[in-house]
Amino acid sequence: MAQETIDESRQCLMLGVGGEIFAIDAERVREILDPAPVTDVPGARDFVRGLINVRGKVVPMADLRPRFGMEVAEATADTRFVVIEVDLDGEPTVVGIVADKVYEVAELPLSSLGAAPRIGMRWRPELVKFIGRWQDDFIVVPDIERIFN
Amino acid sequence: MNDAEKAFREEADDLLEQLEQSLLDLEKTPSDNELIACAFRALHTLKGSGAMFGYEKVSAFVHNFETAFDHVRKGRAPPSTELVSVALLAKDHVRAQIEDPEAADEATGRRILDELRRVVEASAPVAAEAPAVEIAAPARPARAAWRLRFSFDERVLVNGTNPLLLFDELRTLGELDLRACADAVPSLDAIDPTVCYLSFEATLVTDAPRSAIEDVFIFVIDEMSLEIERVDEEQSTHVEEAPPAAAEAAPTATRRSAENEGRGAGSVRVQAEKVDELMDRVGELVIAQARLTQLAETASLDIKAIAEEIERLAANLRDVTMGIRMVPIGSLFGRYRRLVHDLSSELDKPVDLVMSGEETELDKTMIERLADPLVHLIRNSLDHGLEDVAGRAAAGKAATGRIRLSASHSGAEVLITVADDGRGLDVARIRAKAVANGLIAEDAVMSDAEIHQLIFHAGFSTAQSITKLSGRGVGMDVVKRTIEGLRGAIDIASTPGGGSEVTLRLPLTLAIIEGLLVRVGAARYVIPLSSVEECVELATAGEGGSAGRSFLNIRGDLVPFLRLREFLSAKTPPDPHQKVVVVSFGDQRVGLVVDQIIGSHQTVIKSLSKLHADVPCFSGATILGDGAVALIFDIPHLVDRGQAHDEERKAREKEAA
Repeated sequence: MAQETIDESRQCLMLGVGGEIFAIDAERVREILDPAPVTDVPGARDFVRGLINVRGKVVPMADLRPRFGMEVAEATADTRFVVIEVDLDGEPTVVGIVADKVYEVAELPLSSLGAAPRIGMRWRPELVKFIGRWQDDFIVVPDIERIFN
Repeated sequence: MNDAEKAFREEADDLLEQLEQSLLDLEKTPSDNELIACAFRALHTLKGSGAMFGYEKVSAFVHNFETAFDHVRKGRAPPSTELVSVALLAKDHVRAQIEDPEAADEATGRRILDELRRVVEASAPVAAEAPAVEIAAPARPARAAWRLRFSFDERVLVNGTNPLLLFDELRTLGELDLRACADAVPSLDAIDPTVCYLSFEATLVTDAPRSAIEDVFIFVIDEMSLEIERVDEEQSTHVEEAPPAAAEAAPTATRRSAENEGRGAGSVRVQAEKVDELMDRVGELVIAQARLTQLAETASLDIKAIAEEIERLAANLRDVTMGIRMVPIGSLFGRYRRLVHDLSSELDKPVDLVMSGEETELDKTMIERLADPLVHLIRNSLDHGLEDVAGRAAAGKAATGRIRLSASHSGAEVLITVADDGRGLDVARIRAKAVANGLIAEDAVMSDAEIHQLIFHAGFSTAQSITKLSGRGVGMDVVKRTIEGLRGAIDIASTPGGGSEVTLRLPLTLAIIEGLLVRVGAARYVIPLSSVEECVELATAGEGGSAGRSFLNIRGDLVPFLRLREFLSAKTPPDPHQKVVVVSFGDQRVGLVVDQIIGSHQTVIKSLSKLHADVPCFSGATILGDGAVALIFDIPHLVDRGQAHDEERKAREKEAA
């Protein structure tokens, strides 16, 4: 039975991003950091404008909010940098993303996930993999690879 | 592929390389017996290790190759140009057999061997007829008897040596009388079947020299003791009575094994990734050390002393690690001798390849990436640069063309030059072609140097006909991109009718550079020190124009400058006393206006991820002493972009006006 549970749900890290809750597959999350100084990369696309130092490695810092057309807000006491691994053209790349708040790792039953509706969404549908429900809230499972590639 | 097989392949690679170099040298100095011996040794070693690792076909082929080549060694056939050419083909076949044993064509192998035999035999009578066999004479000692005593290390069987094969090989040298000494064999219950308990005594009557006997044991000499003693014919029949271990023989064996040991200790094969990993770790250490030094500024004397000590150690470690990655460029140059040899006969243009500065050391990764661009430049020289024999005669030049390949250090840069004494770049033709391609206007006024640069445009080839060599899809544009990717630059010099010279200027290493740390607005950036010429104050009076690019007067020279604040959209108010860092690349000089020059800084370069591949102005990033990330400028791109930026601004102003 335990096996089935694993098959039918997935561990996700819940992040608050621009007033929405995003679920990121826990497997790709490397670490969660307190906000650190971000170096601006002039001329880069707006959602990957920065670089941070993650223990001696230079890691690009992404902000999903402009990508989803959300307002970029100042950092608060809850702001965290979530370091994840993204597949870029078949090459695993470590990327940091800004989260307004990190909630918890939750088990999302696959049955609770549905395809993103074609209409009635503010975001470009190809960036959203699923829409799901968690704690009476609608949550967004973003298509991380699509977002970065 | 298992490790042993990998080791064999690596070894074989080296041996084939050695063989090829010896053969090519032999073509020039056919009388050099040391070269012949060197080639022969390489073949012999290949045969042995090929058999040991189960490459039977390779071993068989090399055996025949070796047999044919033995005639050369014995002075029966001269190492003619023809022989060298066939031997090179044979060498290629061996490589093909090792790389892909299935695909290697046996018929081809047979053809090559037949050809090799034919060449050797055709020339053999000539050598025999010639009365002057002085070279051959000492190489063929009279028939003699040798007594051998040898025993193997216990582990020798485990290491893959089959003594029976060694005996077979001894037998090929002459009459062999071999006895095993079983004294050391323990009782059956104590026997370990993987241990070699036997020692041997043999009498060998042969006309081969002592070295041939020693060669039989070449692979196991480290794992055995060997005594070789010469006895005369008469004594050899009573070998049992002969006195034991002659004093004269022992040193030979000892010397040989000492030599082998020396060679083993001299170098270690390490995977490139491991060295890269080490370099990364050292890079992190250098960064952490910089932070420590910064913190220690305000700390107690003790801590300061430790910080200094660590700084010294880290710097040493960095240099040593970088040293590991450095290899002499000769290993790369060597490959081109074959290329030139082949192209020269293919195009029927006799060429003298002159190489210098082979000992110049360069980062290994860099050397690998230079391989293709250099092939292209050398091909260009041979194919387009050098005239054919008739053309050279008409131009009053020697029939044999000359290509010079040289490397040298110049400050923090390595210069690699490919020069030929051919016809030089045809400025008129390049120009015509550029006009036809729409690259430049028909009436454009351009200097020769500017026209030379046109050959770096994609799809630009002045070859009138597509030969087998040109038109392979790798153009000068690719060469340029590769060199720029290595943070290098290309200079071209050409004299009509006198030849052309292409110089690649490259940094010593890819991993760490000296940088000048500057501040623009709130952000800090690194300018590679190698491109910095000088720093000057931006005199408020001297600046013309309100924004963007203007000119600076540096000791009478007009130098355009680029305001980085504007270019990088800095938001903080500018510093009152702005500085200009004058950078140069190629023959261009440009000033970069910054708010503050912080100082020089050891920079460990971290490449930018694919997410920032579309940002061309930065070649990478580094981590500063306080842990912050700073971007490193890619000077040529920055200036290119600066120019474009400037033109856009002018266009906007024009529209507005």
